[in-house]
Amino acid sequence: MVDVLVIGGGNAALCAALMAREAGASVLLLEAAPKDWRGGNSSHTRNIRAMHDEPQDVMLEAYSEEEYWQDVLKVTSGITDEFLARLVIRSSSQCRDWMRHYGVRFQAPLSGTLNLSRTNAFFMGGGKALVNAYYRSAEKLGVQVRYESPVSSVEIEDGKFIAAYVGDERIEAKTCVLAAGGFESNREWLKEAWGVNQYGESPADNFLIRGTKYNNGVLLKQLISLGADSVSDPTQAHMVAVDARAPLYDGGICTRIDAVSFGVMVNKNAQRFSDEGEDFWPKRYAFWGRLVAKEPGQIAYSIIDSKVLGRFMPPVFPGEKADTLDELATKLGLDSKALQETIHSYNAACQVGTFDHTILDDCHTQGIEPAKTHWALPIDTGPFYGYTVRPGVTFTYLGLKTDETAAVRFNSTPSSNLFVAGEMMAGNVLGKGYAAGIGMTIGTVFGRIAGTQAARASQSSKSQGVEAKNARA
Amino acid sequence: MQELKSLIKDAKGLAAGTPEAEADRMLQICNACRYCEGFCAVFPAMTRRIEFTPSVVNYLANLCHNCGACLHACQYATPHEFAVNIPRVMAQIRKETYITYAWPQSFGALYKSNGVSVSIAVSLSITFFLLLSALLNGSLFSGPLNGNFYAIFSHNTLAVMFGAVFIFSLIAIAIGIIQFWKSISAGVISASAAVEATHDALTLKYLGGGHGDGCNNEDDAFSLWRKYFHHFTFYGFMLCFAATSVATIYHYAFGWYAPYALSSLPVILGTLGGIGLLIGPAGLLYLNLQRNSAHGDASQKPMDRAFIVLLFLISASGLLLLAYRDSAAMAALLAIHLGFVMGFFLTMPYGKFAHGIYRVAALLKNSIEKRQKSHLQLGAD
Repeated sequence: MVDVLVIGGGNAALCAALMAREAGASVLLLEAAPKDWRGGNSSHTRNIRAMHDEPQDVMLEAYSEEEYWQDVLKVTSGITDEFLARLVIRSSSQCRDWMRHYGVRFQAPLSGTLNLSRTNAFFMGGGKALVNAYYRSAEKLGVQVRYESPVSSVEIEDGKFIAAYVGDERIEAKTCVLAAGGFESNREWLKEAWGVNQYGESPADNFLIRGTKYNNGVLLKQLISLGADSVSDPTQAHMVAVDARAPLYDGGICTRIDAVSFGVMVNKNAQRFSDEGEDFWPKRYAFWGRLVAKEPGQIAYSIIDSKVLGRFMPPVFPGEKADTLDELATKLGLDSKALQETIHSYNAACQVGTFDHTILDDCHTQGIEPAKTHWALPIDTGPFYGYTVRPGVTFTYLGLKTDETAAVRFNSTPSSNLFVAGEMMAGNVLGKGYAAGIGMTIGTVFGRIAGTQAARASQSSKSQGVEAKNARA
Repeated sequence: MQELKSLIKDAKGLAAGTPEAEADRMLQICNACRYCEGFCAVFPAMTRRIEFTPSVVNYLANLCHNCGACLHACQYATPHEFAVNIPRVMAQIRKETYITYAWPQSFGALYKSNGVSVSIAVSLSITFFLLLSALLNGSLFSGPLNGNFYAIFSHNTLAVMFGAVFIFSLIAIAIGIIQFWKSISAGVISASAAVEATHDALTLKYLGGGHGDGCNNEDDAFSLWRKYFHHFTFYGFMLCFAATSVATIYHYAFGWYAPYALSSLPVILGTLGGIGLLIGPAGLLYLNLQRNSAHGDASQKPMDRAFIVLLFLISASGLLLLAYRDSAAMAALLAIHLGFVMGFFLTMPYGKFAHGIYRVAALLKNSIEKRQKSHLQLGAD
C-alpha cells in the first residue's frame, strides 16, 4: 500500500507529490488525462503572484503582505478567509526557491504585462514548462505516475480515506491528497448551477471552457454528498470574456480580448452595460466573463477605433473591420441605429484629458450610465473594429472547506488522512473575483502543505512508521 | 475583372497551407500568448510586430535555432487543434531561404535532395583525386615519400584547384547572403550590434534555452550537449582552418614547405581541430538520431546528416593521413582526404553549411533591431 495517493496531475497535485516524496513517503499520482494533456489547467497558466519585501530576481520593487492582502480583500469583496489568505500570502514569499529546485525557471515579465512586473513571477515557457519540470522531477524522485487514470469515486469511512477507484481497480493508500481541479469542464453541472435566467435562457449553454476538459468535479461532488464541508457556491468562477470563436476547451490565454478598456463593450442590443475603464485590465479581465454571462444571449461586442490599435496584446483571431459604424454593426449582426446611438452618446460624454493607458488616466465620461471612468476616448476614427466575446470559464470556486493543514473537514472535524489542494479548495481564499496569478499561489502553497501533512499522517501511527522506514531502506 | 479576382482568390487558396501561411497562422497565436519570450530571440522579435509577412517570417525562421523549447512548453501544440509547432515551420522556411537565395539560383535545387547532392559531390571529388593521383604517379601505392604530399600533387596544383573552388563558394555564399540581408531590410550595422551578434553566434547563446539549462532533444528535458557538440565542431573547424592558414603563411612568407614536424604549429592546430571535428560531429549525429520526431523538418534530416558525416570524414581521413603519412598508403589516403575536403568546398553554398551564415545574419539583424524603439505601444496588459 502506498503512503500517499495523490489524485490529480496539475500544479497542486505535483507540489503535494514532491513534498510527500521529499518527506520519505511512497507516492502514487493518478492523472486523469493522457500524458499529452497532463497538468490540467496549470498548463495554461503563466505566473505566480508572490509576496516579496525587496526586489527578487525577476520581481521588481516590493509587494508586501499587507498590500497583497488588500488586493485579495478588494477583488473578493471580503468573501475570503483572512487567516488562510494570509497564510497563502506569507508562504508565497518562500516557495520560489523550492520551485527552482525542481526545475521551474522564471523569466522577466512578458512584454505587455508591465503592470504585473512587481507582483507576479512569470514561468519561463509558461505553465506547461512548469508542469513538465515537475513531472520530470517527480519521476526522478521516485513518485509513481499513472496517466489516463481518472478516479471515479473514493471510499471514506468516518471521515477517513480508505481507497480510490479507477474503473474497477481499488487503490488503497494510507493517506490521500485531492487535487483534481474544479468542475468547470462538467457542462451539465454548470448548467444546473446557472439555471435559467430572466430571458428564459440557460446561460451555461453559451460558456466556453478555457482550460482542460478533464475537470469534471467527480470527487468534489462525491465528497460534498458524503458530507464534506464546502465553501463558495457553484456559480462562482474565474470567468473571462473570450473570443466567441475560441475552441470549446483549452483555448487558454490567447483567446482573451484585451481591447475592452480601449473602447466600449455593448451587449446584443448594442447597449453598454459596465464600466470598461474601472481599473487596469489585468485586474478586471477576470470580471468580464461574468458580466457577459449576465447579458442576454451571453454575448457581447468589444468595439474600438483605429486610434488604439497596437496598444493592447493582439487578439488571436482578427476582429471585424469596417470603415463606418453602420457597416460594423451589420458585420457584427447588431442593430445599426442602436449601435450608432450608443457610440454617439458615449462620444459626447467623453471628457478627454491626457490619455495614458499605463496609468489610471483622467479621460472619463460624464453624464452617461454606466460611466467609463478611465481611458475614455471617443470612438471616431475609422476603420472600426469589433470583437465578439463569450464567457470563458477558467475554473470554478466551489470547493472543500479546509484549514491551515489542508485537511478535508466533515462537520467541522478535520480528516486525519484526507487533504485537499488547488482548485478544489481555492474557494476558501477566493469567494469571488480574482487577482492574476493567485490560483497558482494557492495551488503551490496548499499543494505543499497537503503533501507534507499527508506524508506526516502516513507515518504517524507507530507500526506504519516502521513500515515506511523499512520501505525506504 | 471578375476573372482577376477569382485568380487572386485561387492564389490565396494555394498559399494556404504553405510554410509561410502556417508560420503566419502560428505566430498570430504565439503573439497572443507570449509565454515563450524568455527562451530565445525569436519571440521578443515577434512581439515587435503584429503582421507576419514572408520577409518577416524569413528573418524569424533564420533567427530560430531549433532548440525545441517552445514546442515542449506549448499549450497549443498537437494534440491541441491549433497544432502549433514553431520549430518545424521555421525549419521548413529555412530550407526555402537556402533554396531562394542560392547562387546561381538554379543551384538552389541542390537543397531539395541534399543528402544525394552532397554524396555525389563527395564521390566525384574522391574519384577525381584517386584518378588524378594514379595518373600523375602511375600508381596509388608509391614507395614511402616521408610525408611529402607535394610529391603526389604539386603545391601549385592543389592551391589552384582548392583556391578556385573556395573562392567560387565564397562568392556564391556572399551573393546569397547579401540578397537575404536586403530582403529582410536589416538596417544599418552599429558597432555594438555587431559585437553582440558576434558574441551570440560564437557562444551559441540561443542553444542555452534562456535559462542556461540548454535545449531539448529527445523530450522535455534540457541538455547542453547540443551546444557543446556545436562548439567542438565549429572551433574544431576553425582550428583546422587556422592550421591551413598558418601553413600557407609558412609556405609563401617563409619558404618553409610541408611536410611539417608533428610539433609544428600547423600540425598541432590541425590535430586539435581534427579531434574537435571528430567529437563534435559524432555527438551531433548521435543527438540527431535521438531527436524528438516533432522537432524540425524530417525531410531535412538527410541534409543535416550528410553535412555532419562529411565533417567527420574530413577529420577522420585527415588524421589517418597524418598517422600514415610515411607509409605506402599515403597517396591513397591523401586522395581520399582531398576528395572529402573538395566535396565540402563544393557544397558549402548548397548544403547545411549555409545555416551558420544565415543564422549570423539574422542574429545581426536582431541586434540592430533591438536597439531601435518598437513602434508598437503595448504598455498595459
